[in-house]
Amino acid sequence: MSAPAPLSVLVVDDEAPARSRMQDLLADCAADVPLVIVGEAANGRLALEAASARPVDVVLLDVRMPEMDGIEVAQHLQRLDHPPSVIFTTAYDAYAIRAFEVHAIDYLLKPIRAARLKEALTRARSAARPKLEALRELQPGPRAFLSAQERGKIHLIPVGDVIYLKAELKYVTVRTAMREYLIEESLARLEQDYPERFVRVHRNCLVARQAIHGFERSAEGAEGQWEVVFKACPERIAVSRRQQHIVRELARS
Amino acid sequence: MAGSINHKAYVRALPNFRNLGVLLRILVIVNIMAAGVALSRSGSLANIWRETLEVSSVVQPAVMLSLVTLVLLNDVLRRAPYLWGAVLVLALEIVVVTALYVFGRPLFPMQTGALAAYWLITVLVTVALLVYFDLRGRALSPALAEARLQALQARIRPHFLFNSINAVLSLIRQDPRRAERALEDMADLFRVLMADNRQLAPLAREVELCREYLNIEQLRLGERLRVEWHIDNMPQDAMIPPLVLQPLLENAVYHGIEPRLDPGVVSINIYLARGEVHMVLRNPYEQDGDHHAGNKMALANIRERLALHFDAEASLTTNVSDASYQVHIVVPYQKAGTE
Repeated sequence: MSAPAPLSVLVVDDEAPARSRMQDLLADCAADVPLVIVGEAANGRLALEAASARPVDVVLLDVRMPEMDGIEVAQHLQRLDHPPSVIFTTAYDAYAIRAFEVHAIDYLLKPIRAARLKEALTRARSAARPKLEALRELQPGPRAFLSAQERGKIHLIPVGDVIYLKAELKYVTVRTAMREYLIEESLARLEQDYPERFVRVHRNCLVARQAIHGFERSAEGAEGQWEVVFKACPERIAVSRRQQHIVRELARS
Repeated sequence: MAGSINHKAYVRALPNFRNLGVLLRILVIVNIMAAGVALSRSGSLANIWRETLEVSSVVQPAVMLSLVTLVLLNDVLRRAPYLWGAVLVLALEIVVVTALYVFGRPLFPMQTGALAAYWLITVLVTVALLVYFDLRGRALSPALAEARLQALQARIRPHFLFNSINAVLSLIRQDPRRAERALEDMADLFRVLMADNRQLAPLAREVELCREYLNIEQLRLGERLRVEWHIDNMPQDAMIPPLVLQPLLENAVYHGIEPRLDPGVVSINIYLARGEVHMVLRNPYEQDGDHHAGNKMALANIRERLALHFDAEASLTTNVSDASYQVHIVVPYQKAGTE
């Protein structure tokens, strides 16, 4: 029987000394836990690029990072075809640590001891991936990005850029000023996550309040239906009969 | 020291008559008393304005003259033991009132033959004020003891401590000399943090501390943290409460630099203008930044300590403009040893 392939590890931390310390520690562990460091990343975006470029077994992920915190990165990682195990690292973050305990999510406290890292790596291969639900609960605010996968590549869509979200069969179409993306999420979930940002105008459509230019009666039909007109894209979205009241509400504000 | 009150475990002392807050308090209290007298003398409401004017025209010159004398003799009075100082103040007031009575009668409506009555009122008002300042000093002295504790709690985030230790650990194998320097900086920083910080300290020392702190942060953040110092016109010997700037820099790094992907500049500008020391810290700031609560706590803490040391003469203002956050502190310029 051949030995299992060495564990492929990705190190994610915004501080260079912390990454180099982690590299040293991993080198110390390598004798007992066969592993190979496949890369390091200084922020969430780079981490997702690295992890989608090739399958990774374990991601050592700092919690507090600029632009996108580790918890959000972990959520996007779970949407990959081969979601990696995640071990969070943090110097001090009382809130996150309590939550990790509650959800039995593995984490390491910086400064990290080699022995503790070895344990976590040994467990990582067999450990269950953190549940998306649990990670969502951990997130202090809503995610800053939606993530779409296309041909193995991850696209991060800043939520602020979204004009509307439209449910279609098992996907949701995300429209930005530039283009459309397909994401695998439920419209109800998105509505729940961003109650301030989006408003439901139709059973299958959420519209960003900021993106609305105005409302117009549709040209077709005798008693024209209201349609949402956007600032940054030519499409229009019909307001369903049941949601007509929002035309008045939004026009007022 | 030059605060409005004394800061060791409480020792009775006269207030610092050169402090604006103290002068204002004297002025307000005396005028309230005068208003009371006018009110009691005027039998009816119709008379109240006439009475107020009359009382005031005697009281105002007396107060003004007293304040000028006290300001001039502040050092002499405060150097003397408390009781002697208090007796001196009383004697001074008697002299002031007598002088006004003798030389100022043609100018002010003072009643002839009432010198003894004026003396009695003067003694009563002066004693009342001395008792007030003594009580105020007692009330604030535990606050000062606590200020040290509060200062300890509000500064240095555990986040900073553990990340710094981690950064030093990373250096030990690759660059032991840099690791040594970093640990030296940390030792200095923590020595100050754990010291008794109730006394004022020279500005130059605070600036040195800030440099050591920023060295450590630079180690962690590298290129992301850029620091600009504008301190050529800084009065090195100005005395300020310790740990006024360092916690603000810590906030600047935590809220201004760490949440950014791109490098950001923290600028420190210290200068002297019209007898006041200005300290201006600026850092980049994004509207949707998090953790405002910690920042507010540190600011409240520093404001409180400035007030304890300088009363109304110090100020701290914050300002958010074009993606930058600014804290502006003004304290009176006091050199070491000036009481």
